[in-house]
Amino acid sequence: MTDVVAEPVKVIVPCGSLGVGVSEEEIAYGLARGGQAIATDAGSTDSGAAYLATGKSKNNRSAVKADLRVLMKAQAEAGIPIIVGTAGQAGGDRNLEWTRDIVVEVARELGVRPKIALLRCEQEKAAVKRSNAAGRIRPLPPLGALDDATVDACDHIVAVMGVEPFVAALEAGADIILGGRATDPAVLASFPVWKGAPWGPSWHAGKTGECGAQCAEEREGAGVLLTVGPDGFEVEPLARNNRCTIESVSAHMLYENTDPFRLTEPGGLLDVTDAHYAQLDERTVRVTGSRWEPRPYTMKLEGAGGGQYQTLMLVGVQNPDVLRDIDGFHDRFLAALYQRTRSAIPAEDLGDFHISVRMYGWNAVSGRPLPPGTPPPPEIGMLFVATARSQAIADAIAHACNPYFFHYPAVMDKELPSYGFAFSPADVPRGQVFEFKLNHVVEVSDPLELIRTEWIDLSETESRDAVEVRCG
Amino acid sequence: MVKLRDVCRHIRSKQAGPFWVTFDIFFDGPESYRKYHASPALSPDLFARLYGTDPAMVKAIPVENLAMVKISYPRATPQGGMEERDMHSGQQYVRLLDVDLD
Repeated sequence: MTDVVAEPVKVIVPCGSLGVGVSEEEIAYGLARGGQAIATDAGSTDSGAAYLATGKSKNNRSAVKADLRVLMKAQAEAGIPIIVGTAGQAGGDRNLEWTRDIVVEVARELGVRPKIALLRCEQEKAAVKRSNAAGRIRPLPPLGALDDATVDACDHIVAVMGVEPFVAALEAGADIILGGRATDPAVLASFPVWKGAPWGPSWHAGKTGECGAQCAEEREGAGVLLTVGPDGFEVEPLARNNRCTIESVSAHMLYENTDPFRLTEPGGLLDVTDAHYAQLDERTVRVTGSRWEPRPYTMKLEGAGGGQYQTLMLVGVQNPDVLRDIDGFHDRFLAALYQRTRSAIPAEDLGDFHISVRMYGWNAVSGRPLPPGTPPPPEIGMLFVATARSQAIADAIAHACNPYFFHYPAVMDKELPSYGFAFSPADVPRGQVFEFKLNHVVEVSDPLELIRTEWIDLSETESRDAVEVRCG
Repeated sequence: MVKLRDVCRHIRSKQAGPFWVTFDIFFDGPESYRKYHASPALSPDLFARLYGTDPAMVKAIPVENLAMVKISYPRATPQGGMEERDMHSGQQYVRLLDVDLD
């Protein structure tokens, strides 16, 4: 790390998450304003556990490639680093490798030869169990103490990085850093921290810019420019027809947090209780008074695994007999589906299973009873969800229920109805249910202890077809 | 009878990590904020009743300069489980709209 500098450090945040669409014009504006690095995250836990559990990205490959092409062109022309965190949506090794392959592909297409650092933070289960046995892992509410069975239930586990692995890669001369799982603010704060900016404003700037232009007033453009100086930071949108206001910037501290003033990060706590927000010009807000309190270094562990399997069926219903008493129909219907399943499939094959029927257009989202007297909707969509220990059994339950699901009468002595189904075959095997299993932190003696940095130095390769991978 | 929706300019809900849900309740001005942000009607018991959470785990943090209060609770089941109905918890705020404040 360099000494504390008085010169402000400027970071271009091109978007809220890599793959959502960056703008060449916005990057050009950021560069013209003196941007010294480009930093963005490429995922989060928001969209669920499937992406960590399976190692697949949520974003479309072409969309991520298009964004990387714009950023890598700017990187090569301006000679400034690109810093990406939570690569491939979840930041596990597979997610990271997926992103690495796209970066190498774009480099070849552009004819550029960047030095690429991969920051791997995926953890072996055995190592996690050893740390746990050594008393170095503790739960965060609402979860309890970790046991080995929970570790084994995870398909992939990552340790969430702070700024230090990024700083180390910048120090070693990386042109492009592809990080595994990191906190969003860490990705953006790492460059100012490396340049010697104070940690409080660097982390607060990182938190403010984590979703790109979301901290601005309007929904125009994708990115922001962060300027971190010795006394505070400034933020302005990269789209000129957008603006940051005191309210839009201060309100961003509320986003996806439970505490808008104190944010626990790897190695410390960002405290913005005494932060002061001021409108610097029409588009720019200046923030001072953000504090960083160093704490014993801990990293959050995220672990996700696949469990049971599900099969779906969907019908639309306009039948007035059903709509007259949706709740009563639902309860009779569900009981009939359970009974049908148990009579059609031997118990030893079935194992533990679950059926739910969700009445879309009525109370599917809450699953709770509506106030008496709520008028019936013109139609509802009934979603059938069977959950069982294998896809074959979930499918078998759907097949067994099929005739009931499509023709179960609301009034017994009338002719059997046929509800409106849209597909044939009518059942949709949905795959596994994925869940986050861990909400724990691990104590480390060194911020790099759990991180493996791998280098791909395209500038060293003689042939562009031969990519040398060096581990360090 | 004043409902929460009558004294707020914006109410939203979102997951705060896979295990927590957080509500941002923006009042329509400092006066409503002062009058209602600590209302007994928004006590942890409300969240226990509406969302089945442990009232002892409910956290409320007022933010005076934004005339808002942030209230969070741990989800009954983690995000994405077998019976998930609202992956991002983005619709959970709707149950609060008609809460009577006095």
